[in-house]
Amino acid sequence: MCLAIPGKILEVNGDKANVDFNGVKRDVIIALVKDAKVGKYVLVHAGYAIELINEEEAQETLKLWKNIVEEEGLDESLFF
Amino acid sequence: MQILGTKQLRDRKVSEKIVRIIIKLLSDINRKIKIMHVCGTHEHTISKYGIRSILPKELEIISGPGCPVCVCPAADIDKAIEIGKRENTIITTFGDMLRVPATNLSLAELRAQGADVRIVYGPNDAVKIAKENPDKEVIFFAIGFETTVPLIGYEIKINPPLNFSVICAHKLIPAALELLIGIDQLNIDGFISPGHVASIIGTTPFQLFSDAYHVPNVVAGFEPNDVLMALAMLLKQIKNKEHKTENEYTRVVKSEGNKIAQKIIADVFDSVSSPWRGIGRILDGGLAIKDSYSKYDADKKFDIKIEKSIDIQPGCSCHLVMTGKIYPYECKLFKKICTPVNPVGPCMVSAEGTCAIYYKYG
Repeated sequence: MCLAIPGKILEVNGDKANVDFNGVKRDVIIALVKDAKVGKYVLVHAGYAIELINEEEAQETLKLWKNIVEEEGLDESLFF
Repeated sequence: MQILGTKQLRDRKVSEKIVRIIIKLLSDINRKIKIMHVCGTHEHTISKYGIRSILPKELEIISGPGCPVCVCPAADIDKAIEIGKRENTIITTFGDMLRVPATNLSLAELRAQGADVRIVYGPNDAVKIAKENPDKEVIFFAIGFETTVPLIGYEIKINPPLNFSVICAHKLIPAALELLIGIDQLNIDGFISPGHVASIIGTTPFQLFSDAYHVPNVVAGFEPNDVLMALAMLLKQIKNKEHKTENEYTRVVKSEGNKIAQKIIADVFDSVSSPWRGIGRILDGGLAIKDSYSKYDADKKFDIKIEKSIDIQPGCSCHLVMTGKIYPYECKLFKKICTPVNPVGPCMVSAEGTCAIYYKYG
């Protein structure tokens, strides 16, 4: 339930941003975090950014998440 | 002690090093140690990576009530079902909630009977359904710990349509820790606390808990080496007779937490004494929608009273599993009568339920 995954902000439009989750793009709500700007990484829970994280750490965590999805043979859409 | 960088999160060599540290610390402590975590995602990591199997038997890791789907009382599900039986209603909720058995039915069974029950990814999707269906009442069945609460609070604050309302079944983690530490037979030596709950509330509420109950606590991330590192940090505290809250998950968690999210929670909700399925009522263990937002409170709007509900069906041991008193395989129904296809108790349903995780990784 408290699963949260990192993604990179591609575009900001008011309280929403288009976020890239390692190739899968999705709109998320960014109203809960300060300074959510294009190029920054956010940790996303159920479609809402809950915290900012730095780029290097986000990329590392992204790889790990992609691995989990592949290892489990899960449908990526369940997560992104 | 050095805090891990993200590059090392799954590196087996790093795991081996941390396990060596753990073995050394255990040898220094020279007694059995019991650590509890309270997060389904932590149990998932521990079971999937076989962490228990690589640790000395003197170190026991038990699973607490870390699954919001599992601790949601049957009465709340019954309430959602009663509302969903009415004409022109749409019940929305997270996917994990659908198959949880309540007193007589689950939401999935209600849907099979023809009711409009929909899975949503987040509460904003429920608001969207309300806007698209102005002639229907759209109810979001809101479960979740502090990580999820601000999402619902945000939607309530930005004036959703009046045909949208919320069944508020949110639960709070720090209050549950206080209850667990008070259970005599558990004798917990330390806690691994959930990183994403802490990303919202910060580490201070956990520190207050450590201080009050003199118990070591580490806020941890969800990769295998995060968990191993948290265990090592706890053992070091135990060895040194310390009792503080440390933050292993610094790449995400700030000591002050997320202030915007905290303000939304404080604006929209009041903490209340709240029943946890199989555990009982916990003081300040849950949230209710403030009177100023009562127009979005499904409890007030539909005025449904559930007189009798059954949290634990005969033979089910979810109440013992959720408080770490037994392991799932000690339940008579586990894998025999109770399976993910035919779950008897809530712990076998959710992907974060302890029994479902043990069934999968056994």
